[in-house]
Parts: sequence; C-alpha cells; structure tokens
Amino acid sequence: MTAFTMPSLGADMEEGVLHEWLVTPGDQVHKGDVVAVVETDKASIEVECFASGTVGRLLVAPGARVPVGTPLAVIEGEAAAGEPAGAQGEPVAVGARAKTGREPAVPRLRQKAARRPRHAPKSTHAGSQKEPTGQRTPAPPEHSAGHDSGIVTGPLVRHLAALRGLDLATLHGTGPGGRITRADVEHAAPPITSRVRATPYARRLAHDFGIDLSAVRGTGDGEAVRAADVRTAMRADAGGERPERGLLDGDQCAHAPIAFDSRPDERREAMRRAIADLMSRSKREIPHYYLSTTIDLTAVEDWLRRINRDRPPADRLVHAALLLKATAVAAREVPSLNGYWRNNGFSSASEVNLGIAVSLRQGGLLAPVIHRADTLPSDAVMARLKDLVQRARRGRLRGSETTGATLTVTNLGDQGVEAVFGVIHPPQVALVGFGAVVERPWAASGMLGVRPVVTTTLAADHRATDGAVGARFLTAVDRLLQKPEEL
Amino acid sequence: MKPLNNAEALSVIKESITRIIPDADFTLVEPDDKFRDVLELDSLDFLSLIELLSARTGVQIDGEDYWQLTTLSDAARFLIDRTTGRP
Repeated sequence: MTAFTMPSLGADMEEGVLHEWLVTPGDQVHKGDVVAVVETDKASIEVECFASGTVGRLLVAPGARVPVGTPLAVIEGEAAAGEPAGAQGEPVAVGARAKTGREPAVPRLRQKAARRPRHAPKSTHAGSQKEPTGQRTPAPPEHSAGHDSGIVTGPLVRHLAALRGLDLATLHGTGPGGRITRADVEHAAPPITSRVRATPYARRLAHDFGIDLSAVRGTGDGEAVRAADVRTAMRADAGGERPERGLLDGDQCAHAPIAFDSRPDERREAMRRAIADLMSRSKREIPHYYLSTTIDLTAVEDWLRRINRDRPPADRLVHAALLLKATAVAAREVPSLNGYWRNNGFSSASEVNLGIAVSLRQGGLLAPVIHRADTLPSDAVMARLKDLVQRARRGRLRGSETTGATLTVTNLGDQGVEAVFGVIHPPQVALVGFGAVVERPWAASGMLGVRPVVTTTLAADHRATDGAVGARFLTAVDRLLQKPEEL
Repeated sequence: MKPLNNAEALSVIKESITRIIPDADFTLVEPDDKFRDVLELDSLDFLSLIELLSARTGVQIDGEDYWQLTTLSDAARFLIDRTTGRP
C-alpha cells in the first residue's frame, strides 16, 4: 500500500489544487496511468500514477489546495488487487451507484470544482456523482456499507457490481434477509443501457472529444476501451479530411471545454505571478554570465531541404529540432552545465532533459520537458517538440512532462529577434537561447558569401561554471550543427 | 484535385489557420500582410498549416514553395494555380 502524493510539477511549485479525479476507488491503475488533473499556478496538468495497484481511498477532494507531498490517495499493492476498495469503511454504496450512474467527472464539473475556494466539499449523498472524500480520515460510521442506500450486501459484492456496471438497487437479493450475493450479481443481466467497459481516462477523452465510446473497439483487458483506442477513433473520425498521421490531434481540443480557458484572467495573473517569483529568485540568487556566438546554418538548411523533399508535411523537420538535438548532445559533452545548484553545490544530472520554453498565445510561458533528448534521433526530437508545444498550448501536459528539466532552451527566432539572453530557471545552472535564422554576409576561407546564421547564446550560473566552460559548450553546439546528418 | 476559385482558396486557408489558432482574427490581416507575423504562427504552426492545406486541397507543397505562402493573397494564388494545373 502506497500513498499517491501531490507531485511537484516544477521547481517553483509549492502547492497545487486537486482539480479532478480521473479514477474512483477500486479502479486498477498502472504506473504511468493518468489518474488526476492538478492545477498549478501555471497550468492544468494531467498527473500520472507512480505505482501500480488498485485505487483505495481518495484522501483529497476536488477543489482542495494542498502542499506538495500531501497524500492524495491510497494505492493498494498488486497483491491487494482483488480486495474490495471499501474494506476500510469506504462509503462504497455511494461509490457503486456513482459508477453505474451517468458519466462522472465531466469537464464542466471540473471547472466548478476549480472555482470553488479551498474548503473541502460537503459529504456526498447517495446518487451524487463523486466519491465523498475530503481530507478526513476514515469515513464516519454512518457511511458504512449499505446504510445510505438501504441495500444489504458486502463490499466485495459492491465492488463486483461496480466493475460490471450494475446498479445494486436494481438487483434482487437471494441471500439471507434479501442480501445480494455474489451469485446475484454474476447472474444479473447487464444494465439496459449497457455501459461500455473503459478506463476513466478514456471515458473523459471520449466525452471531451464527443466520441461515442460504444463505437470504439477496446484493446485493453476484457476489451476495455483505453485512451489509446479513443485517440485511434478520433483519428479515424477525422478521417478523409486529414489522412496524415495524428500529429494534429490536439486540434480537436479547441472545441473541448478546457478548464484552462474557463477563467483566462485569473489564469494569466497566476501564471504571471509564478513567472515573476521564479525569475526574481533567479536574478536574486544566480550570478549570471552571458556568452554569444553566431553559427553558420548552411549545412543544417541544406540537409533539411534534402530530407524534407521526399517527406509528407507531417514528417518534415524544422531546424528547431536540430538546434535542440545539438544542444542536448553538447550538454552531455559539457556536463557541468547540465544539472542543479542545490545546497551551495552543483550536482550534474545523469540525463539530459531539455526544458523547452513555449510561449502561450494568451500570454505567459511553460517549459515542458523532452527527457533524454540527447539519446533521441532528430525525428523523435521533432515529434516530441510538436506534441509538447501543441499540448502545452492546449493545457494538456502530463506531470512527467513538466518536471525534471536539467537545462532549458528558449527559441525566440519565430518572434523575429536575433538574440535572446535568458534568465536561468533555478535550480538549473544554464539556459540556451536561439534567435531567428537570418541571412547575413559571412566570410569563410577568405571568401565573402551570404549564409543563413543563427545567434546562439548561453546564460550560465557563475557559481557552477566559469566562462571557459560556457565557451566550450557553445563551440560544441556549433561543431555539431555542421554535421546535421550525424545528429 | 478540385480546382479552386479565389473565394474557395481563401476560405480553405483561413479555416486551416483557424484550426491551428482558434481565435485568429482575420480582420487584422490585410491580403498583402505577412500573415505569419500578424497572427504569430511559429515554424511548427506553419508546418501544421502546410500539412492541413496539403490534406484539404490535395496540392503537394514542398519546402521550395513555402515562400509563396507568405501573404493570404499569394497563398490563395498558389493554391489556385496548383489546383487548376497552371505552372
């Protein structure tokens, strides 16, 4: 049994609002499954589970603001998978009914929950859609099994009924005193509007994107519909109009009610504050030094032109992908710029995880992370970049994608400036900036020509490194970009 | 590939941009403005636009053609020429 805790979704995050549960007690979860949506000052983040098992009690209710590290739910170990979720006095009757009821946790509900101030919600009554949780420890005795609904049965049977999508109230009990037995549940006809087996996340995606779950072919356990199946269906849905593979899937989010958009002003202010705090801390604590060099991109542009020629637009690369890849490889070569300054000392990171500064159209920015970017082929870096930028802008990043950056890159080239001297994101010790790719007169081997060039800058923490190290890094980036085919 | 007239070409371009930037305000964009600058399409957005335009019109758009997609009127002209078989 482990506690699923409020994750830290960025170096600057101290607390978060549990925005929505995407699971209910009794659900099987696997490591990496998205189980909840957490709101930070910057964004709504889909948070993944870091253990496998069965969801036990939910300890924090939607709308509650809690510090990082607060237990949010109990995850029962694999061994306990068969045990009923309600074993510890969970008000399972309500849970079971909620499960068989209409769609739980629709986004509209989510927005309301978000607007609600910090208090824990009222105790839930039978028929309500959400698990009653709040921050209280074991539920009060009057919630013990069966009391609310007047249905007499054990927690195991309730769990079974919930799994099969049956409403216990509609079952005829054949046990002693009209008690509903396991056999009653097993022999019960499926509900008239038979509920499609689906993971909670799949259900939410389907709802958001208007996909009919019953029309989706499930590939999960017992043909349960998984999120991936919904995505496949979305792609098929988009069909003839967009035959290319699904890189534009995020498009459809435009029409989905996203919490992010529900109160743009508040969001903008909160994000402004978060950026202000982090950047103030950076300038207060970090003695920055800055280096700049201009890199000839002729080789990169030639190579891109060559490989993009035979590719459909969906598979083409932009030079940003190569700039990122070169940065990641250079960071591996110069590890003293890749890591964290903590407790008056530098520790280099074992992986190169690039934070990518993404400006949002409504203002503000996020820095989603491409993990182990140095190990990915350029095509993979490009795919990750497209995906992350798109989802950062739509407010659908995952927890693991917002954390762990060891070095951040900002690319202001598209805004038309030639150079950007950035502010380091603490506790990182460096930030790499790329400006616009521009044509400039360029002297090489005694000849003057016109070449595409990019101004590359490094802002680095003078506590961790000296200028010579920074210079070595920029030189490495330049060298790597002269052989794009090897990146 | 269906031949497009000017109105159709413009509408497929605007619809495609709207897919990428849902709140794009075309009243700000004059026919001869560089729409990428006005609407703030970055290089990833532009690639998405190429992808959408290719898929919707059937026109193959290569890297060499990108410069013809700088303004709305140029882009419309490009799509008309390619869908009507003009060079």
